[in-house]
Parts: sequence; C-alpha cells; structure tokens
Amino acid sequence: MKKLRRNFRRIRLALLFIWLLAFALLFLMPTVLTLTNSFMSETELTSNYGAVLGNVSGGSSYMSEEVNLKLIPDIVSFRQYITVLFQSPEYLLKFWNSVILTLPIVFGQLAIASLAAYGFYISRSKVKSVIFFSYIILMLMPYQVTLVPNFLVSESLGILGTRWAVVLPGIFTPLSVFILTKSMRRIPAAVIESARLDGAGEFKIFLKVCLPMCSSALYSVAILTFIDNWNMVEQVLILLDNVEKQPLSVFLSSINSGEVGIAFAAATVYMIPPVLLFLHGEENLVEGIAYSGSVKG
Amino acid sequence: MKKFKKSLMSWTFLAPSILGVAVFFVLPFITVVQYSLVDNPISNTYVGFENYKNLLKNPAFLMAAKNTLTFSVVAVALAVLLSLGLALMLEAKIPAKSRLRTFFLSPLVVPTASVILIWQVVFSYNGSFNSIVELFGGQPIDWLKSEYSQIVILLMFLWKNLGYNMILFMAALSNIPKAQLEAAEVDGAGAVRRFFVIKLRYISPSLFFVILLSLINSFKIFREVYLLTGGYPYESIYFLQHFMNNTFKSLDYQKLSAAAIIMSVVILVVILVIFLLEDRLGKDVEE
Repeated sequence: MKKLRRNFRRIRLALLFIWLLAFALLFLMPTVLTLTNSFMSETELTSNYGAVLGNVSGGSSYMSEEVNLKLIPDIVSFRQYITVLFQSPEYLLKFWNSVILTLPIVFGQLAIASLAAYGFYISRSKVKSVIFFSYIILMLMPYQVTLVPNFLVSESLGILGTRWAVVLPGIFTPLSVFILTKSMRRIPAAVIESARLDGAGEFKIFLKVCLPMCSSALYSVAILTFIDNWNMVEQVLILLDNVEKQPLSVFLSSINSGEVGIAFAAATVYMIPPVLLFLHGEENLVEGIAYSGSVKG
Repeated sequence: MKKFKKSLMSWTFLAPSILGVAVFFVLPFITVVQYSLVDNPISNTYVGFENYKNLLKNPAFLMAAKNTLTFSVVAVALAVLLSLGLALMLEAKIPAKSRLRTFFLSPLVVPTASVILIWQVVFSYNGSFNSIVELFGGQPIDWLKSEYSQIVILLMFLWKNLGYNMILFMAALSNIPKAQLEAAEVDGAGAVRRFFVIKLRYISPSLFFVILLSLINSFKIFREVYLLTGGYPYESIYFLQHFMNNTFKSLDYQKLSAAAIIMSVVILVVILVIFLLEDRLGKDVEE
C-alpha cells in the first residue's frame, strides 16, 4: 500500500515536470527561433517568410504561399551577420544610439538612487516617509502620465529632441530608489553604528560599508534598468523625434518589412547585451526582484 | 544634536534625487494641472472643467480608455493566477528547477523588438497559426487585424511578465515557516486547504505587489503593440498611449493635460484601494 502510494506520487511528479518543461520550452521558443533563423541565408528566409515579411520588392518567384516557421536552417550561414556588422552603417549607428541612451541612464540612476536610498535608510521621519510614499506612487505611474510633465520640462529647458530629454528623466525614475532602500533596510543598524564609532565619515560608510552589503540589489537594479531602457519606445516617440538619434528598439520594427534577410541577425545582435547581463547575474537579479517583494516595509 | 546631524546627513544624500524628481516630474505636473484648466497656453483664460468635458466626449479617448481597461483587467487577472500557479508547481521536488526558472524569466530579458518577427510570422494571415487553424477546418484570418488582436497581445504580455511575477511568488512562498505547514499536514489538511489557510495569508503582501506591478506593466503593453502594428493599429488594440502619442503630435496641450490628469487620478485611486485592502488583510497575518 505504501509502495503504491509512493509510486503514484512519483508519477505525479514526473507528469508535473514534463508539463512544466513543455511550458518552459514554449517560453524559450521565440528567442531560440530568432537566434536560429539569423543563420539562414536570405534565399531561405525569403522562401520561408516572404509571404509575411517581404515587401513587393522581394523575389516573389521563390516565395511560398504558406509560411513555415523553421527551427533549423538548411545551411548555416553567417552572411547576414557580416551584412549587419560590417556593411550597414545605419544599423550600427542605431545600435550605438541605444548604447549612449541606455548606459548614462543606468549609471546615473545607480548613483542617484543609491545615495537617496541611503538617505532614506539612515534616518526616518514623517516627512521622509511621505516622500518615500510619493516615490512609490510615481514609480507606479505609467508613461502615459509621466511623459506629459517630462515633455513640458524638456521643452522649457530647450532639450526636447536631444538625448538629454530621454536621459535626464530616466536617471531620476524612482524604481531603483525603492528596491535599494528595501535592500538597505536589511543591513543591521549595528554595522553602520560601529563604523560611525570608528570615526568613519558618513560618505565613507555609504561607499565602503553600505554599498558592498547590498551589491546584489545594485546589480539587480542595474540589470532591470538596462533591460527597460534598452527596450525603450514610449519616451523616444515623444521626446526624441529625430530619427537619426533614435535607438535600435524603434528602428528594428521598421527594418523588418524591408529587409527580411538581415532582420533576424539584427534582432539577435540586439538581444546579446541584455542576455549576457542576465546570464552573468541571474542569481543577483532574482534576489533583487525578491527583495522588492511588497510595497510596504 | 546628534539626531539633528543625522537628519541633515540624510537630507544631503536625498537631495540630488529629490531635486531631479521635483524638476522632471513634480513641478511640471503643476503646469499640467494648470494647462488642463485653461483654453490655451497663450491667452490663459480659465475655463474650468471644459477640457475634461470635451475629453470625455472624445470618441478616440473613450475607445482607447475602454480598450485599456478591458485589457488591463484581463491581463492582470491572468498574470496573477498563472504566475502563482507556476510558482506553486515549482515548489514540488522536481529536477532542474533553476533551469526551468531561467527559461521562464528569459522573456523579461529579451528585448521585444527582437522577437516581434516571430510573432508576426506566427500570427499573420499567411502565418503558422493559421496553418493549424486550417488543419482543423477553420478560416484563416489576420489575427492582429481582427477582433482577436487583444488575445495575441495578451499572449505576448503573459509571455513577457509571468517570469518576474513568478519569482516574487516563489520568494514569498519560501518565506512561509515550514513548521506551520508540516503541522497542518500532520493534522490532515490537504494541499488545497493548506494553500488557502496558510500559504495565501503569508503571501498576501506579495500578492498585492504583483497585482500592482502587473497593472503597471499592462499599461506598458503599448511597446509591444507599437512594434507589432505601428502607430495606428486595429481598433481593439488602440490603447491610451496611442491616443496620447497622437495628441502629442497635434500639440493639443489642453487635451493632453486633461487626459494625463484623468489617468493619474484613476491610477491613484486604484493604488490607494489596493493599499487599503492590503492593510486590512495584512493585519490578519500578524494576529
């Protein structure tokens, strides 16, 4: 009887595992397909997807009516990558645009937010909790609301249409302050207090004691901010009208229809930086997300 | 005196952030309020709630608001339930747990712009999904330009957000004291009962957080819609952000400001309701 029950339990676990695995693979599919498709030759891509993605300009003679989504290319070709990386300056320019919009936001936000989080951590008062609460509210406001004030400020500062219009509001976005404050509050007060007794200055304590103790939260905030801004669309459409300066995220949706050939390779190159960051710091990211666990506390 | 010094220090650390938030978000918001109450920024004549009344009669705004509301309600409900389900399932003693977690989290990391091609290939008129539909004798349609377009967008939303929510739930579940669960099991409480009586109470702070987060992310779905279908999509996926974008283009600051304020008030109310509920139910755990 007991054995039967144990077997039953094993079968149930096995089924659960298979079900979860299937589901997880489904989640991975769009990414994997983009990756494998980037190694197809233009001919193969056009014949597979021409009916969907190709414009009238595409060679219609070998275009199939139906689309067949293919996982494995017939012949692995690096041709598309060569085109993207060495022969399309416009593409590289947009990639560079993404970099110089995203990195200043990530580093700026880390600096400003960790200072602010430490400010919230070392002393609490009524006024400060009101400010913290309004940060939470602001953090929860969607772009539909915050872009209007951003737009008005940029206009009156005369930076509308320049990168600053996107970068400056990005730096002060309060999500990082929230996550970092929560993770700093896990540092025992005694640690900070004993550093003070040793005569260390407040800024030194912040830099040498506090920051190292919440390194995983810092890493996690960096990844989250990077991902969010690497993917930016809303801000760009409104604050950075100049197509020359727009990042790859917005540009990719327009190359898709024109050049089926390089689209997948371009898409793959574009996902490499965030994916590498993720693979490098997944544990930290997960920990950081878990810290942010609830609004209070 | 020491306390005073500490407080001064604290304000020094806070200053850059508070200054930035004030300049880029709070102060201009006052201008937004002002704009929403005048007829145009040059003559500055106070017109009361005229802009709001006009907005609430604007068919594009109403359609966008309705679509956004429908989408958000369905998306949040599904995102919360499915991610909680996943987190509970991942509690079981199965192999390769952390690998599975990575897979579920991966869509968060991959930029949407990179995978829209696949989405287009699957859901277009000549796409893969229609091949399956035809196999079962259905009629092929262009999914993103049909009344089902919200469902396609919903799938993308879930794909992108389930992982993050799942991590939050997994963290909350792992914080439940084991002793209490074991005691309940010894007392003969089944898995369902254990979930509702013990687990649900412990994870309730995270539950509220996930609801809020999913709500906010549901507003961000504009990204996906814009990348898939451009600025003027099929009617049922014309969201508030589309409306805002097009109003920005026409430089109608009055309409824009009124819309932003209506939205912020609605969201503020939702947030406060969720906070109040959390307070109510949160007390339950401490008893």
